[in-house]
Amino acid sequence: MLETRKVNFYYGDFHALKEINIKIPANSVTAFIGPSGCGKSTFLRLFNRMNDLIPDTRLTGECLIRGENIYHKSVDVSVLRKKTGMVFQKPNPFPKTIFENVAYGLRVDGISNRSFIADRVEQSLKSAALWDEVKDKLKKSAFELSGGQQQRLCIARALAISPSVILMDEPASALDPISTSKIEDLIHTLKKDYTIVIVTHNMQQAARISDKTGFFMLGELIEYDDTKKIFLNPSKEETQNYITGRFG
Amino acid sequence: MRRAIEKVVEGLLTVSGATTSAIILLIVVFLFKEGAGFFRHSNVENGYSLCVSGKNPVYRLSSDEIKKIFDYEIVSWDEVGGESIEIVPFRMGNIMERYSEEELGEDYINLPAKIIEVTKEIPGIILFLPLQYIPDDVSVKKIEDSRIDVSDFFAGTDWIPTATPSPQFGLLPLLLGTLWVGLFAIIIALPLGLGVAIYMAELATPRIRNVLKPMIELLAGIPSVVYGFFGLVVLVPFIQRTLNLPVGETAFAGSIVLAIMSLPTIITVAEDAMRNTPQTVREASLGLGASHWQTIYRVIIPYSLSGISAAVVLGIGRAVGETMAVLMVTGNAAVIPQTLFEPVRTIPATIAAELGEAPAGGAHYNALFVLGCILFIITVVVSISAELISKKRVDS
Ligand SMILES: Nc1ncnc2c1ncn2[C@@H]1O[C@H](COP(=O)(O)OP(=O)(O)OP(=O)(O)O)[C@@H](O)[C@H]1O
Ligand SMILES: [Mg+2]
Repeated sequence: MLETRKVNFYYGDFHALKEINIKIPANSVTAFIGPSGCGKSTFLRLFNRMNDLIPDTRLTGECLIRGENIYHKSVDVSVLRKKTGMVFQKPNPFPKTIFENVAYGLRVDGISNRSFIADRVEQSLKSAALWDEVKDKLKKSAFELSGGQQQRLCIARALAISPSVILMDEPASALDPISTSKIEDLIHTLKKDYTIVIVTHNMQQAARISDKTGFFMLGELIEYDDTKKIFLNPSKEETQNYITGRFG
Repeated sequence: MRRAIEKVVEGLLTVSGATTSAIILLIVVFLFKEGAGFFRHSNVENGYSLCVSGKNPVYRLSSDEIKKIFDYEIVSWDEVGGESIEIVPFRMGNIMERYSEEELGEDYINLPAKIIEVTKEIPGIILFLPLQYIPDDVSVKKIEDSRIDVSDFFAGTDWIPTATPSPQFGLLPLLLGTLWVGLFAIIIALPLGLGVAIYMAELATPRIRNVLKPMIELLAGIPSVVYGFFGLVVLVPFIQRTLNLPVGETAFAGSIVLAIMSLPTIITVAEDAMRNTPQTVREASLGLGASHWQTIYRVIIPYSLSGISAAVVLGIGRAVGETMAVLMVTGNAAVIPQTLFEPVRTIPATIAAELGEAPAGGAHYNALFVLGCILFIITVVVSISAELISKKRVDS
């Protein structure tokens, strides 16, 4: 589903990602772990070309979604981004109503059919396990929600554009334990329809929710395998050290 | 030790906060107190009074009536509630013409007697006299002093504070002049300012921005006389020539100069607001497939709306309150503006131009304070409404 071949990425002179090869299967949850600053976010953001926004960066190698090189000249970035929803570390709703937040992706796509939008908003909020909490206040500002609700709103917002891939960068790190477990449950149910890639610093979380885990260190993908294998019987010593907490 | 220093600093900060608030409050109280004094003045020049014949039933006249009588616009007493007799206005000068110096005597000692005489001769007379010469006689009646009327002030269409016998303090020409010039300044400056702000915050490369930004900030520091000078020397003749007007000093020239002056404020504040939009919100919008432009007008502008309205308010505040430059280019005719292309006079320009010649404590002096109060109220109303607008937009 997602694949990279010999990917190198540079911030100016800084070599942030080194020769990364990975193949991520469809309809699975893949977790990226690793010490701070090792390049997890940078790698994640390659898949919706978010790094394009940062001036003075450079990429070599290939980055593919369903076999298509997403950095090819013929690719329309906004079409690509509609196929890959992204959820950020901190909830970042738009200064709009709850309804309009979810409808945003459809509106910028030029869709104006009201009942279609209303249906899609309801569906997305239901998928994000938020519908029951907000169905009576869809016209209220998104800022009136709690942090955990805002984060689920951001997930609903990403689901509304019906992406095939969902990229999550530490989606639960700013949340309380109850909101966190709601999000983890959510990831679990979303898996059957979406390919999910999640960056996390929480080892238990990675172990609980992911099928595959990639361990990054200093811009390199040290090890990538089934989650069980990584946590029970890693083949690299660095991985072993990191997950047992002796490093990082 | 450190504790003590922290306590002292804390105390100093509290004190300075309190002092500042107290000073501001004092200024406002002073302004309104002096302003309120205006409505206690008589509508006839201080030290003078109007007299009519003792037989005349009219005992009271409004400022407007007095003015019209002495301008020969009201010519018969029946127009102001008296009998059908022709009105004959008399000032000191007319008396001097009628009687020789000998007749009036040394120090005008015979003046009161002569006044009685002339009043008997001309039943429709109205005399404007210094108080000390008013004769104590039944044949001459003093018109009752009446206070300056609040509605005369707010609805008055003439601003002639030096008119005798009754100075005219009509707010309308000044208020409308101010709003007129301010409104068009904002109409010119807002789209330009927001356009430049969007360009600098979103489109300009860092290199261009690094040149543009300090330049614009420099513009904000230029004193307003310099803008006024520029307006007077360059803009005014240009407007006069291209539009073929009798004079170039017009509301339009004022609006343009004001617009140029408020641009740096609007641009800097609005640009800062837009750049303060969190990067992740921007990325969230782009991540949902929005184009750069869609992101700008659907997310960044709503997100920075309170900052943008602050920019607008500061811009309007500057436009409404700006004095010097406007004084120099608008021609300062206190008439109610009909078009953009005629001279107008604004409230601040009036205060600046007239405060020096208005004797302290007089009606004119207090009138200028009322103008100050009105300026203050306008700015307060503008900022409160902007606050409400920005709140509402984020809520909905
Ligand atoms: N915009 C940028 N410009 C320059 N260098 C950057 C930029 N963003 C990240 N880097 C550098 O790239 C490296 C990888 O950063 P990245 O954000 O991908 O790390 P991360 O693994 O996500 O870390 P964390 O766990 O703290 O989020 C870091 O060393 C960082 O300093
Ligand atoms: Mg990161």
